[in-house]
Amino acid sequence: MPGRTVSFHPDDRYAAFLRTIPEAPFGEGRLAGVPVAVKDNISTAGIETTCASRILEGYVPPFDATVVERLKRAGAAIVGKTNMDEFGMGTTTENSAFWPTLNPADPSRVPGGSSGGSAAAVAAGLVPLALGTDTGGSIRCPAAFCGIVGLKPTYGRVSRYGLIAYANSLEQIGPMAKTVTDASLLMEVIAGHDPRDSTSRDCPYHHTPDPEIRGLRIGVPEEFFGEGVDARVASVVWDAISLLERKGAEVITCRMPSMAYALAAYYVTCTSEASSNLARFDGVRYGPPADTKKPWHEAFQERRREGFGEEVRRRIMLGTFALSSGYYGKYYAKAQAARNNVRADFERLFCDVDVLAGPTMPTVAFRFGEKSDPLSMYLSDILTVPANLAGVPAISVPCGKVEGLPVGLQVMGRWMEDERVVDVAYAFEQGRSA
Amino acid sequence: MITERDTEHIAQLADIAIHREELASFTSRFNEILEYFDLLDQVGMAEESGERAYNIFREDEVVPSLSQEEALSNTTGPEDGFFRAPRVM
Amino acid sequence: MTVIVGLEIHCQLDTATKLFCGCSTDYRDDPPNSHVCPVCLGLPGSLPKINKKAVEFALKVAKALNCEVPEESEFARKNYFYPDLDKGYQITQYDKPLAVCGYLDIEGDEGEKRVRITRVHMEEDPGRLVHKGGADRPKYTLVDYNRAGIPLIEIVTEPDLRSPKEARRFLNKLRATLEYLGVFDSEKEGSLRVDANISLAGSERVEVKNITSYKGVEKALTFEVTRQKNAIRRGQKIARETRHFVEARGVTTSSRSKEMEQDYRYFPEPDLRPLRVRNWAEEIEIPELPDARKLRFIKDYGLSPTHAATLTGDWQIAEFYESLPADLRVSTATATWVADTLLGELNYRDMSIRGVPLDHFKELLLIRQAGEITEKAAVEVLRSLLDQIRDTGTCELPRQCIGRLGLFVITAAEEGANDPVTAAAREAIAENPQAVADFCQGKKEALNFLVGQVMRKTRGCAKPGDVNRVLTSLLSGDE
Repeated sequence: MPGRTVSFHPDDRYAAFLRTIPEAPFGEGRLAGVPVAVKDNISTAGIETTCASRILEGYVPPFDATVVERLKRAGAAIVGKTNMDEFGMGTTTENSAFWPTLNPADPSRVPGGSSGGSAAAVAAGLVPLALGTDTGGSIRCPAAFCGIVGLKPTYGRVSRYGLIAYANSLEQIGPMAKTVTDASLLMEVIAGHDPRDSTSRDCPYHHTPDPEIRGLRIGVPEEFFGEGVDARVASVVWDAISLLERKGAEVITCRMPSMAYALAAYYVTCTSEASSNLARFDGVRYGPPADTKKPWHEAFQERRREGFGEEVRRRIMLGTFALSSGYYGKYYAKAQAARNNVRADFERLFCDVDVLAGPTMPTVAFRFGEKSDPLSMYLSDILTVPANLAGVPAISVPCGKVEGLPVGLQVMGRWMEDERVVDVAYAFEQGRSA
Repeated sequence: MITERDTEHIAQLADIAIHREELASFTSRFNEILEYFDLLDQVGMAEESGERAYNIFREDEVVPSLSQEEALSNTTGPEDGFFRAPRVM
Repeated sequence: MTVIVGLEIHCQLDTATKLFCGCSTDYRDDPPNSHVCPVCLGLPGSLPKINKKAVEFALKVAKALNCEVPEESEFARKNYFYPDLDKGYQITQYDKPLAVCGYLDIEGDEGEKRVRITRVHMEEDPGRLVHKGGADRPKYTLVDYNRAGIPLIEIVTEPDLRSPKEARRFLNKLRATLEYLGVFDSEKEGSLRVDANISLAGSERVEVKNITSYKGVEKALTFEVTRQKNAIRRGQKIARETRHFVEARGVTTSSRSKEMEQDYRYFPEPDLRPLRVRNWAEEIEIPELPDARKLRFIKDYGLSPTHAATLTGDWQIAEFYESLPADLRVSTATATWVADTLLGELNYRDMSIRGVPLDHFKELLLIRQAGEITEKAAVEVLRSLLDQIRDTGTCELPRQCIGRLGLFVITAAEEGANDPVTAAAREAIAENPQAVADFCQGKKEALNFLVGQVMRKTRGCAKPGDVNRVLTSLLSGDE
């Protein structure tokens, strides 16, 4: 039936959206008429897509990302594009070139990032479902900070076609929702093989969450409760793990030595890839135009200085350095070796346990401006990056509060066992509300 | 340790203009971060691990292109069907 | 002074679609930016996907060049900023190329020579730039991405070539090989680009970029040899530098801008998976190549090595030769006609074997073989047809042309008839009483003179045998 629309006029008091579609068309299907928010680094045909960056202001993609095609095919109404850290580079959504998003759980705090807009839109009840993207925790961190569910799927399970790349080898699009069931439903719609993405695997997701976890072996790496992890957060997460134990799971403490350098490996990899990915924004084919009165390099350098925020420029320069001749071996090549070690650690642990569990974030949501120096901001990603480095699935599910602020339980699973991490999160969600 | 001159060189290599007043702060941030990256020095060369896919191909079949109008739709001031860019010589 | 030359050759692979997207490669006659899509425009979020046919073509080349195909190869990003690059990087192959360690045998300056191939790899072509406001003081640049993403193969040789001529021979052999494989069309504008490294023994190496034709390679290198020799004679040092070949002037010029040493920051392309194609390469079938065909021409058709080499040095010519009837193929006259006359006339007009109607020339050969025209007339017809093609793009049918020029052989009838040959002979006898008298006194040369007169009157269309017979008969009748 043509012409059917969802009227969408949200009270966006947390500034979750960069733009909304007042009359959003929808179709037939299992998500018929369901409003879905889409992070602004996912291409939407005919709808401006900026990655919350000045350098893409006014860019209207002529094509839909595969996940958006799939949403439309399922009848969903794309009601808006959500705020984020510029190009996904951040942990708070403060790095948006346009405005910060507030955390609905406490508007004096950040919603987390980089998918802060999607998390806030769901947490505030503006939409039941939202798409985020997760390069080093960008779905799970805001899910944890805002008190919602967020799943980073196995690398290759959801198509990246149309996702504006920040770090290609690490990132996945994933579902964000208030409940595990809703997140699982959205995953079902977006997952599946896409011939346009060479890294996509033919492994569809058809799953109804099952709370039965008797006999499940849960590994808890000591490093997930190490230095820098707030004791109160640790305590809430241990309580959650105990609940799972009471539901019949077996809890085994273990070690993950590669955690010592996983974060360094992550930042070298993502900045290297980003330094190359962000080179295409030259103002020739799209985006604010380069000044054609100047010579090429001068115009290009200025375009990039004006168009990118400070953190983006920092990461481009870091990545450029890590790939430059004389430093490639020390940084990029070492990071890839480290990454193999992280993968090997997961493989080894998954011989003895079925999932790994721990906190999603070392702390609760920060106050605005609290993390002023970049390195301390980076360090807060320490618990989320291992899953991206290894390409394994990881979910964050709300598991309690510290001084009124949400805490997330993170569950990581074997490669392509997204169903299992969903089940464990579901078991917890059900057990907690029972 | 990298110096402000190194930072300028990196900016040049990255083709990003950097304001003079930003130089000192960028340099000190870089040094903090690069010092942290030194954690990687302890990593030996590792065997490739994990599941990998190979030979992901498509067939040599023509798919319709964008129209010239669509191709140029996001640019300002195209000329005779061309994109316009700053001079390179 | 020993000349040391190594080549890097970029050829466009003749696939239907681009290397990483489904856009058609048939862009040459179309408006700018009409063969582009999100992938080859580098729109954010688009992803490349490898064209299987391009890999197949590249593997055929690797096999024809006797290369090793490593277990694993991969694509990498070469990062540099230029408006012809739609993504700010070029997808190419770096430390894991498709194929390595091959060779190609050529006819060198001192006989058979083996030129080692360092590597063969695949990459995407950048877009095309048009500089507005004149080449010297451009105001701005126009960009057309129709060419962006066309599959290229890069072939790198070891510095095994010893003269500009050898470099030219290598390129000709390589072109023939690629065309035999059916993976390359040398006629397409811009389908070949060569960078050459050249040094004189003991001196620094100079890289000459931007050579876009086969003849250009020899010209550019010859210019460089002379330039470098002169410099050394004057006691100057040869600077290690990159120079550009200016085809129109036949010179190389130093790239004035002292560009920063390029740092391309290569790393594996994360949007593509590696290749494991060694087994495929082993199974892949390639057709008979120029050397094998040459040997077969010598053996089966009894041709001289020189003729066989010429006739197999170009796939189209070899195909043309083999389309001739069997009895013609084994004749030296045919080989001479194709290898020397046809190719010579083409070369004289700077025309290529492509774009000429070979069927016409085949018919011309058959007409000549049947004795309907003389050897001399056949050449005249050939020239006329080629001139027509050069001037108008099309030409008459051979028989039309022969008829129009009146070049069909004139046969003399049996005794006593009043045919054109006999008429011409009577005229010649009447006009040359002295020659007739000489003949009657037994001077044989006098007959040759009279034959020549008759041939001239019949514009070479009479058969010399006929003329002889008719003259002898008339002269003896007079007696």
